Amino acid sequence: MNTVVAQLQRQFQDYLVSLYQQGFLDNQFTELRKLQDEGTPDFVAEVVSLFFDDCSKLINTMSRSLERPENVDFKQVDSGVHQLKGSSSSVGARRVKNVCISFKECCDVQNREGCLRCLQQVDYEYKMLKTKLQDLFNLEQRILQAGGMIPQVNIS
Amino acid sequence: MVCEMETDQIEEMDVEVLSSMWPEDVGSQADNQFNVEKPVGDSDTLKEVDIAEKRTMADLKRLPELMNTTDQGSSQLTNLVRQWEYMQDHAVRLLREELKILTRQREEAEAKELKIIEEHNFETEEPENVPVLDETSHLFRRFRQKKRDELVDSKRVVIDEEFDTVAYWKQKALSLEKMLEASTERERRLIEKLNESLKTMESHSAPVEELTQNLNRAEGFLHFILQNAPIVMGHQDKDLRYLFIYNKFPSLREQDILGKTDVEIFHGGGVKESEDFKREVLEMGKASKREITFETELFGSKTFLIYVEPVYNKAREKIGINYMGMEVTDQVRKREKMAKLREDNAVRKAMESELTKTIHITEETMRAKQMLATMSHEIRSPLSGVVGMAEILSTTKLDKEQRQLLNVMISSGDLVLQLINDILDLSKVESGVMKLEATKFRPREVVKHVLQTAAASLKKDLTLEGNIADEVPILVVGDVLRIRQILTNLISNAIKFTHQGKVGIKLKVVSEPSFATDKEQNETSVWICCDVYDTGIGIPENALPCLFKKYMQASADHARKYGGTGLGLAICKQLVELMGGQLTVTSQVNSGSTFTFVLPYKVATSDDHSDDQDEFSDMVDHHQPEPDDTTEGHFQFKPLLGSIYSNGGPVISSNSFLPHKAMLTTTPLKLNNGFVATPSNNTGQSETVQVENGGYMDESRQNCPESGNQYVNGNGRCSSKESESCSSSQASSEGGGVLEMESELTVSSLREEEKTETELKETSKQPKILLVEDNKINIMVAKSMMKQLGYTMDIANNGVEAINAVKDTSYDLVLMDVCMPVMDGLKATRLIRSYEESGNWEAAIEAGVDIKTSENDQAFVRSTDRLPIVAMTANTLAESSEECYVNGMDSFISKPVTLQKLKECLQQYLQ
Repeated sequence: MNTVVAQLQRQFQDYLVSLYQQGFLDNQFTELRKLQDEGTPDFVAEVVSLFFDDCSKLINTMSRSLERPENVDFKQVDSGVHQLKGSSSSVGARRVKNVCISFKECCDVQNREGCLRCLQQVDYEYKMLKTKLQDLFNLEQRILQAGGMIPQVNIS
Repeated sequence: MVCEMETDQIEEMDVEVLSSMWPEDVGSQADNQFNVEKPVGDSDTLKEVDIAEKRTMADLKRLPELMNTTDQGSSQLTNLVRQWEYMQDHAVRLLREELKILTRQREEAEAKELKIIEEHNFETEEPENVPVLDETSHLFRRFRQKKRDELVDSKRVVIDEEFDTVAYWKQKALSLEKMLEASTERERRLIEKLNESLKTMESHSAPVEELTQNLNRAEGFLHFILQNAPIVMGHQDKDLRYLFIYNKFPSLREQDILGKTDVEIFHGGGVKESEDFKREVLEMGKASKREITFETELFGSKTFLIYVEPVYNKAREKIGINYMGMEVTDQVRKREKMAKLREDNAVRKAMESELTKTIHITEETMRAKQMLATMSHEIRSPLSGVVGMAEILSTTKLDKEQRQLLNVMISSGDLVLQLINDILDLSKVESGVMKLEATKFRPREVVKHVLQTAAASLKKDLTLEGNIADEVPILVVGDVLRIRQILTNLISNAIKFTHQGKVGIKLKVVSEPSFATDKEQNETSVWICCDVYDTGIGIPENALPCLFKKYMQASADHARKYGGTGLGLAICKQLVELMGGQLTVTSQVNSGSTFTFVLPYKVATSDDHSDDQDEFSDMVDHHQPEPDDTTEGHFQFKPLLGSIYSNGGPVISSNSFLPHKAMLTTTPLKLNNGFVATPSNNTGQSETVQVENGGYMDESRQNCPESGNQYVNGNGRCSSKESESCSSSQASSEGGGVLEMESELTVSSLREEEKTETELKETSKQPKILLVEDNKINIMVAKSMMKQLGYTMDIANNGVEAINAVKDTSYDLVLMDVCMPVMDGLKATRLIRSYEESGNWEAAIEAGVDIKTSENDQAFVRSTDRLPIVAMTANTLAESSEECYVNGMDSFISKPVTLQKLKECLQQYLQ
C-alpha cells in the first residue's frame, strides 16, 4: 500500500516537474496550487476547467471573427486574445500565454494569416495542456484514493 | 647617318633646356620631339608652319638679337655649328677613304705594269735560266706563278702562235698594249671622279643654308605643336617688360604687350602676384614654378601654372626671364573639387562618428533614466511600506526619545518618497513620456483649491491670498493637473521660505510673449501670467542661475535648514516649458521672491460644454453651491492657528472645505476603525490636535509643505497623518486601543489567526475591497488569494460597475484592472478622482455612466477622502505604470497577481 502511494507520489512529482520543464506551466500555477486547501480541495481543477471552457469559447468566437478574409473584426479578436492572455497568465499556462502574446502582435497589425496561425496554435496548446493536466489530476485522484497525500513539489 | 647624328646632338640639347620642365618618366617622348625627320617628309606640316608663322606674334627683330646675346641662344647656335662641323668632318673623312682606295688601286696597276715587263723579260730568258738555279728558279717560278695568279687572274694572255716566234712576241706585245690602255683608262676615270668629289666638297662648304633650313624645321615644328597648346610663352627683360610673347591673349595686339609689364597690361587678382613671382625668380636666379589664379576683366578667372627661369647673357649677367604659363583652371578646379569632396567626406565621417557617439550617449542616458525611473518606482513601494509602518508606529505609545527617533525616521522617509516622486516626474518629462491633457478648468477654482490645500496644512502665521484679474477667462483649456502641480509646488516652496507676512497667487492676462512659438497659436488662445509671490527670505542674486537646476538649492545652509529635494523647481520649470510657457523668478533678499510663469491656454466657452469631446475634462467644472464662486477673483486664507478654521475671506464659508472636520465626522479613517468616533470627541477635536501634537509639530511643519507637492496626494497625506496622530492620542487616552490595532496590523499576514479574522468580521472591521476585473478566471484566482489573506471583496466587472460600486459603498481599496470592456480602469479611476475633487458625479454622468442617484448627500460630504486605487497591469506598453499614475492611480500590481504581491499591496494600503 505504502509503496504504491510512494510510487504514485513520485510519479506525480516527476510529471508535474516535467510540465514545468517543458514550459507548459510557470510559477503562477504554483501560486494556484498554494491557494488550494482543505476548504477548497478542488480549487485548481475548478479554475483550470473554467479556463479550458473559456479557451474553447473564446477560440470559437475568434475563429468566427477570422472566418471571412474580407471582413475580419479585429477588435473582437483583440478582446478575445486579451481575455485569453489574462486567463492563461493567471493560471500559469505558460505556452498558451506565449502564443497569446504573438497572437496579440498579429492582431495589432491586423495580420489575418498570422492570427489564424496563432489561433490554431492556441487551440493546439490549450488542448495539449488540458490532456496533460487531466493526467495530473487523475494522478492526484489516485494518490488520494490510495490514501496518500498530494506531495509538495518544489519547482525551482 | 647624318640625321641620326643630328638627332643625337639635339637630344643633348633637349636635356639641357627642358629637364626642369618635364618629368623624367616622359623622357622617351621628349627624346623624339625635336626629331625633324618626320615633319620634313610631311608637306602638310610645312604648310601649317607657314600659317603658324603668320599668326604668331613675335618680335622677329628682337628674337635674333636675343638669340645672339643670351647664353641659350649662343649655345644653340654653337650646337648647330658643331653639328655642321661634324658633318663636314665626316664628309672629308669619307672622301679621304675613297682617295686612299683609288691611290692603292693605282699603285697596284703600276706594280702590275712593272711585273708584266719583268715577266716579259723572264719569259724571254726563261729557257736558259731555268737550269742554273734549280732551287731559286723553282722558288722564283712559284712566286711568279703566284703573282700572276693574283694580278692577272683571268686576263691571262692567250697566244695561239708558237712560242718564241716573231708572231708570238708580236701578239704578246699587242695584248699587253691593250691591257695597259685599259689600265690607263681606269686611272683617268678615277682621277676624274676624284676631281668631281673635290668639287662636291666645295659646294658643301656653305652651311648657312642648311642650318637655316634646320632651324626653320625646328621652328615650324614648335609652332605646330604649340599653336593650339594652352601655353603662353614669353621673354621679359630685367624690368619685366615683354620682349617676346607667344600665344598671347587674342584680343591684345602685339604693341599692347611688347615693352610693357604685366601690371601695365592686366588688372585684377593674380597679376601682382605673378609679377612679384617673376621678380623673385629674377632676383634669386633660380628657375621655379608656381600656380597663380588670375581674376581679370580680360579673361575672367583662370589659373595658370607658371614657369619662370632667369636668362643670362654670355657674361653671366641676368638680362631677363623666360616665362611659360600653362592654363590649368580645369585641373585646379577638379583638384579643388576632389579636395573638397575628400574634406567633406572626412567631415561627414567625423560627424557620423560624432553622431554615433551622441546616439550612444543618448541611448545610455535614456537607459540610465529608464533605470532610474524603474528603480525609483521599485524603491517607492517598499519605502511607502516603511513610512506607513513608521507612521502607524507613531500612533502607538512611545516615550519621548522613541517618538523623536520615529519622527526623524518618518520625515526622512517622507523626504525620500518625495524625492522619488520628483525623480519619476522628472524622468517622465525628460523621456517625453509625460503627455499633457487638454481639459477644461476654471483658473479661479484651481487657485482657490491650491490655496485651501496649503492653508489646511499651514502651521505658520501667514496670510495666503489669491488675486485673479477680471479679464482672466472663467473657463480655459489646459492640463489642470500639471498646472495645479506647479502652483502647489511654488506655493509650498514659498510657504517653506516665508516666516511672516503673506504668500499669494496672482493671475492676469498678458499679451503673447516673445518666446512663444507659432506652432499652435490661434485667436482663441490666451496667455495667462501667474505670479506666486511671498514675503520670505528671498534668494540672493548669485543663486538665481542654478535655482532651476536639479538637486540645487540656493545654498547648502538652506538645504540643511529647510530640507527638500531640490527637484521641485526643476520639475516646475520643465512642466511649464513642456506646456509651451516660461518660468522666471525675481527676488530680493529678506523681502521676498516672485515666481512668474506664463502659459498659453485655449479659451473654452461655457456653451460648448455639451459637445465636449473629452467627457472627462470637466474635472472641476461642476455646479457649485455658491453661484458667484466661479467668478470671484479674490481669496484669502488665514492659518489654522488657535481655532479649527478661521478663514478671513468672505467667500469661504462652506463646510465642504473643512477637510479635517469632514474626515473626522463622516469618513472613518482606516486606522480609526478600531475606535469609535463619538460625537463628544468631535467637538474638541482641533484643540486636542494642537495640544497633543505639540511635541513634534516642527517635523510635520517641515514635511507637510513638501509632501503637498502633488495636490491631492499631499492633502491626503498631511491631513491623514495629523488625524492619525490625533486618533492615536485619543486611543492612548482611552486605553486599550493600541492592542486592538496591533492585532489588526498582523492579521493580513497570518491566516492561521482565524479567530482574529472572524472577530474582525464580526465587528465589521474587515476593510472593504473592491476588485474591478472582467476576466472570470482572474477574479476566481484573486478572490481565492484574498480569502487566503483573510479578506473578502466585492467584484465589479468593468469601470461602470466600479463607479457605481464606489458611489454606493465606501471602500478602503480598489484593485482595478486596466484593460476592460465597457469602460477601462484608467477612465474609471479618472472619474472617481474627479468625483473626489468635485464631490459630484457630473463627469461620470457626462461620460455616459448610468449613476443611480440614491444617497447623494453622503457621497458629497465624503468627497475629500482619497480612495486608494491600485492598478493591475499586464505590464504591456498599453498599460504602462506611468499611464496609471497619470490617471490617478496610486500604485500598480503587475499581472499575474501573486499572493506575495497582493499581500504587499494590502499591507501598504490597508493600514
